[in-house]
Amino acid sequence: MADSHATTLEPEAHNPALLHHFADAQQQKNAASLGMWLFLVTEIMFFGGMFCAYLVYRLAHFNAFAAASQQLSIKLGAFNTAVLLVSSLTVVLAVKAAEAGNRKQLVTYLVITVLLGLTFLVVKGFEYAEKFERHHVPGPTFSFTDTFDDGSQKIPVNPNEAQLYFSLYFAMTGMHALHMIIGCGLFTVLAVFAWKGHYSPGYFTPIENAGLYWHLVDIIWIYLFPLLYLISRHR
Amino acid sequence: MSEHATSSRKFYVGIGMSLLVLTSVTVFAAFVNLGPFNPVVALLIATIKATLVVLFFMHVKGASEKLTAAVLVSGFFFLAILLSLALADYLTRAWR
Repeated sequence: MADSHATTLEPEAHNPALLHHFADAQQQKNAASLGMWLFLVTEIMFFGGMFCAYLVYRLAHFNAFAAASQQLSIKLGAFNTAVLLVSSLTVVLAVKAAEAGNRKQLVTYLVITVLLGLTFLVVKGFEYAEKFERHHVPGPTFSFTDTFDDGSQKIPVNPNEAQLYFSLYFAMTGMHALHMIIGCGLFTVLAVFAWKGHYSPGYFTPIENAGLYWHLVDIIWIYLFPLLYLISRHR
Repeated sequence: MSEHATSSRKFYVGIGMSLLVLTSVTVFAAFVNLGPFNPVVALLIATIKATLVVLFFMHVKGASEKLTAAVLVSGFFFLAILLSLALADYLTRAWR
């Protein structure tokens, strides 16, 4: 066994990133990738629980959810969706730059990604501030007086049901924003490491796996945007 | 993941543009009255977008490891169990 691998191990031994318990760099990469995907599946289930709660309550209290949803700004939501999609593009271009061994391009794309992530968070912050001003934050000061317009008449809605919507809104977008903050931190660290030259075409697994994480956070927002912002907008 | 997982830059930009176009389509579709099909269309577009991201940005298409796809499919399988059994309960309660 050791003899047959001696020749293949020799060149790999020069790669300081290759850990001794892996046969070669490809096996190490596959193991890291599998671990990342398993983590992403737990993330899908984690957000899945909140999506499930949302689905059940939306079906039970549709009018209140529609009236509350119409208080959100579609412009800001769509803008943030576009920002996140473009950041996903810059991440995949960063992975490509890492694979090509282009350090300058890699750092540039990582920095752009962080800036886009921060743009998303700032816009989200303005949206949250508006919710506080209008007492749309669940709690003792919550107030909701808007009605649901079904096209022919205005139907008053139960403020408690609207509060349920905003609870889910803050839980889901808040958890999503927390993931964005973690992602921005992650990419900042990776950008510094990339600048120092830690990654080579033979080893850029951290860039790839952080990219997978960022894409998943993007996918969650792809579902949050229509579900939270676009309920019954036509009138 | 395969040794040559990445595609050309032009291809990635094309996928990115399609995602932005689909976002405009979903906003536009939300203002058109399709009756009960509004959420269906919104979720359908979201799923197309998510599929594009998973296949091309996360490199599931073209991955040498079939295990990656198996893990991903198992994730969505369990999510489907969660959603379908929860709704099978709530949608069939007599008091609603």
